[in-house]
Amino acid sequence: MGTDAPEARLRTVDYSLFYGSFRALRDITIDIPENSITAIIGPSGCGKSTFLRSFNRMNELIPGVTVTGKVLLDGEDIFHQNVVALRRRVGMVFQRPNPFPKSIFDNVSYGPRIHGIRDRGTLAAIVERSLRDAAIWEEVKDDLQKSALALSGGQQQRLCIARALAVEPEVILMDEPASALDPVATMRIEELMQSLKQKYTIVIVTHNMQQAARVSDYTAFMMTDEERAGNLVEFGATKKIFTTPADRRTEDYISGRFG
Amino acid sequence: MTAGGARRTAWQNCVFALFWLSGITAMAVMLAVVGYVMVKGIPEFSIDFFTTSPRGGLSGEGGIASTIVTTAYLVVMTMAIAAPLGTAAGIYLVEYAGNSRNRVATAFLKLSRFGIETLAGVPSIIFGLFGYALFVTAMHFGFSLLSAALAGACLVLPVVVRTAEEAFKSVPDAYREASLSLGATRWETIWKVVLPSATPGLTTGIILGVGRILSETAVFYVTLGGSCRTPTSIFSSGRTMALHVYYLAMETRAFDKAMATGAVLVILIIFVNLAINAVSKRLSAGGNRS
Repeated sequence: MGTDAPEARLRTVDYSLFYGSFRALRDITIDIPENSITAIIGPSGCGKSTFLRSFNRMNELIPGVTVTGKVLLDGEDIFHQNVVALRRRVGMVFQRPNPFPKSIFDNVSYGPRIHGIRDRGTLAAIVERSLRDAAIWEEVKDDLQKSALALSGGQQQRLCIARALAVEPEVILMDEPASALDPVATMRIEELMQSLKQKYTIVIVTHNMQQAARVSDYTAFMMTDEERAGNLVEFGATKKIFTTPADRRTEDYISGRFG
Repeated sequence: MTAGGARRTAWQNCVFALFWLSGITAMAVMLAVVGYVMVKGIPEFSIDFFTTSPRGGLSGEGGIASTIVTTAYLVVMTMAIAAPLGTAAGIYLVEYAGNSRNRVATAFLKLSRFGIETLAGVPSIIFGLFGYALFVTAMHFGFSLLSAALAGACLVLPVVVRTAEEAFKSVPDAYREASLSLGATRWETIWKVVLPSATPGLTTGIILGVGRILSETAVFYVTLGGSCRTPTSIFSSGRTMALHVYYLAMETRAFDKAMATGAVLVILIIFVNLAINAVSKRLSAGGNRS
């Protein structure tokens, strides 16, 4: 669908982001391939999350943010699209599980309802499919009317993934989705990601390099430059980044010399 | 124990005794007020007292039936005006103006906050005078439920707006982000996520407003008139229970009936406060579960 690189679902071209006059991201150009998992790694404060939030324009909620350059979804500039339609195509899972204080059913059916689906039967089918895809159906199927807040942290996060899947996005952004979870819950989320990449393009920000190495197909390493603006140091197949990185800074970071 | 130690312990006991005494005094004063009204008032309760209307005149004969009805009408009408307006203002202050970087909007926000704080501290008779000048006279609503409800709404609006603002602020941003990330508009997010989550807080504000209307006299003295009859339309004059207490005490010799009416009011206020406690308990219980 893209013009020159059909395999790239998401692209940025010379993309920069400013908080007022402060440049937080500098000239990032990247092609994110579809039906794969791309991990964004880098030290704290390098702009990983800000960069991730660019793909569904969540940074616009912060007053004073301006951007230059392009972010393309299937070759089309997302800043020229309706933001509501864009967010339907680009779903997001947040760092801390954030289910609404509603029932499990109402959490998952929230998106489809917003987008105009009223029929109870259709909604029920979407809810079941999404919960199954998020590998939480078996745990909650007997009581979908239970408050989502009564679930454990790991279950809540999978519910949030189900909620994002329910609007049938094409891309799923994950902002350190397992950082607030215990190791067992983290493992389940990682397994889930492997099954989700068959259907979706996934971009994940993670602090945890082992996690990036385990789950991702491609890895982007970001760092701040001398003016504290985040930029992309290196991007490539995860295996290559973790074994034979091209840039000295990447090697230093993944071998634990800083960060 | 050393002599110095004994002296310090004795000093501590003195101070504690003083605190204890102050606490007891404060409690005693409050209990005395409520107790006095109850003891004087409750013996006057009778079926007649609650089912007949005041007959007017200097005797203070009759019950409080029409004043109960008037109070109920006025509370409902006032809150029907103030609750939606206050909630909408709260939404504006938190969800729209609060996010803005526009200098004009920020200045306006500061000004409205300051205005709300000031209004909350203005003596209620000022609201009464304002209501008299605008609603009773200029708009020709006369001494009526409508004038009183409009003036009463002005009186409780600061309270309702402040609690609404707090209620909206206490809704975690994570909910808003989640909703927006699913492709909801800001309005859908407010209507379907923020508003339901803020409901307990909004309810608290409304109950506070109800309590304020129940106990208010000055505003209604100059906007509601003082008719003893049961109102038949929004243009009817009337008197609330609190106003009735005032009339009985100042214009009649029926001091016992004033006490009885006062006792009814005090009991109502106690229930209002219990309702606030119940709502805020539910509010914090909801918060702890997450």
